[in-house]
Amino acid sequence: MTRPVWEEPPSVAGQVAKGSMLTAVVLVVLVPLWVALVTSLSSRETINAAGGLVLVPRGIDVSAYRIIFSGGQISQALWVSVLVTVAGSAVSLLVTVLAAYGLSRPGSVGHRGLLFLFLLTFLVHPGLVPSYLVVTGVGLKDSLWALILPSALNVFNFVVVRAFFQNLPTELFDSARVDGAGEFRILWRIVLPLSKAVVAVVGLFYAVGYWNVWFSALLYIDDNEKFPIQRVLQTFILAGQTPQTSGTAVGTALPPTLAIKMAVVVVTVAPIAAVYPFVQRHFTRGVILGAVKG
Amino acid sequence: MTGGRRARRRVPLRARLRRDWPLLVMVLPGALLLLVFHYVPVLGNVVAFQDYNPYRGDSALQALLGSPFIGLDNFRALFATPAFWDALRNTLSITAFQLVFFFPLPIALALVLDSIMSRRVRTFVQTVVYLPHFFSWVLVVTFFVQMLGGAGLLAQELRQAGIDPPEIMTNPDTFILLVTAEVVWKDVGWGTIVFLAALSTIDPHLYEAAAADGAGRWRRLWHVTLPGLRPVIVLLLILRLGDALSVGFEQFLLQREAVGRQAAEVLDTFVYYHAITTGDYGFGAAAGLFKAAVGLVLILLANKVAHLFGERGVYARS
Repeated sequence: MTRPVWEEPPSVAGQVAKGSMLTAVVLVVLVPLWVALVTSLSSRETINAAGGLVLVPRGIDVSAYRIIFSGGQISQALWVSVLVTVAGSAVSLLVTVLAAYGLSRPGSVGHRGLLFLFLLTFLVHPGLVPSYLVVTGVGLKDSLWALILPSALNVFNFVVVRAFFQNLPTELFDSARVDGAGEFRILWRIVLPLSKAVVAVVGLFYAVGYWNVWFSALLYIDDNEKFPIQRVLQTFILAGQTPQTSGTAVGTALPPTLAIKMAVVVVTVAPIAAVYPFVQRHFTRGVILGAVKG
Repeated sequence: MTGGRRARRRVPLRARLRRDWPLLVMVLPGALLLLVFHYVPVLGNVVAFQDYNPYRGDSALQALLGSPFIGLDNFRALFATPAFWDALRNTLSITAFQLVFFFPLPIALALVLDSIMSRRVRTFVQTVVYLPHFFSWVLVVTFFVQMLGGAGLLAQELRQAGIDPPEIMTNPDTFILLVTAEVVWKDVGWGTIVFLAALSTIDPHLYEAAAADGAGRWRRLWHVTLPGLRPVIVLLLILRLGDALSVGFEQFLLQREAVGRQAAEVLDTFVYYHAITTGDYGFGAAAGLFKAAVGLVLILLANKVAHLFGERGVYARS
């Protein structure tokens, strides 16, 4: 971008104010992440010398990570979360894309009624108690499906994908239909390859939602073998309980609890921080398009 | 338009079914999920009018059919519970507080971001400030405990400097500031997206014409930028108003123990603690239904007001 000719040059004071404000905002986000990372990689001596959390790294000690990945409750919870995230995102994307395509053509049989059924969910909310009674009533208590099925279709994501499909040029489908291609084939062969951006964004939204699932687990999962990582993080850090780790560390000095805690924080953040920059450039297009058209 | 509609009508239903059945098959899984996990629970709100006993019969359905109706007794009991009014008052004050101290911040940040000329700096800042939106509330609260809690970084540094650290994470009097700070940390960046998009649709010629007429930076902001953002601001205000009785549920549930019920009980946590953990489902459903009904009225009302002021609102007038 270049400054348009009619715009007055920026004042020094304004530039300084803007620069320091943005620096402060960036630091406020990044410092907690940095402290967690550095502390998780610190040895007992470094942590003791710092009096707790560590700001400046002195050497790297990965024993905290060795502990949490070597079996025990945290490894188990990470597996559960990976499973729920992968299976949940797959189910959600499938259901959302199918419904969005199925309702993308005004005038098809049942279009108005079905679309109304989908959109009315924005206005009418069921509330916690009846939802709880239904989910437990259909036998999902202590099943990982309880973390997936009730929220598998997010109607906002449905609206985003549907708006994207409706913006594709119709000539594409018409010619395929003349050639005798069925709807499933058109969706798979023509529509989806053109919709990678929106599928990526919506897929990220779903995946993050499943990775972050906490309250559903509090409601529906009592068996701590099936706890997802957020639930363990909460009992471990916020409620102050110590998770069981495997016995492999017997005989060696255990890394400090603080380092283990921060290592759990880091592995909870890591998948999100790793995936999201790749999808970020599509945010504005995907999100706004859906919002405006919906 | 009418011609097209008439032509469509002329196609018999059976021919349309033969043409469209694959589309119906595609919609089926999603429609079933919504029916089972959204609309059945909506109907399940009848337990609000029952003396619901979950152990009657062998299934939830039998319990529902077998439990006696007691009219509005649950609502009477609800309105006679002081803790309910505390929760409602807390919810409304937090909504109002955040409307004043959170809502304008994404607009301000979007204006600053929009004025950055360097594409690289701008993308970097955006990448950083969007990130916390994707963190769970468990993580966000963990980060706040880690930085500001009794054993957090701030307390640790203050103690080393010989200063008694203030109680931040457990003080009910300042809790409203704390939860607002958490919301700002998590979502101020994400909130800028919609405003940045709106800013990019403002016609640059308007700025040029205003500048040619002698309008300085601030006058252009007032007379060009803000009117350009008005539809988006109104839309988001309506949505926020419709959600006035919902404040971050997980956020409060996670911190209720630390600061106590007086400050941290909101309507959603009230329902959780007075229904799910006690098994008093009819009472909890009554509170939930009250909340849903008020929310529906609020959003319809806000939309009406928006139409009166000539804005488009959430949905069209038709």
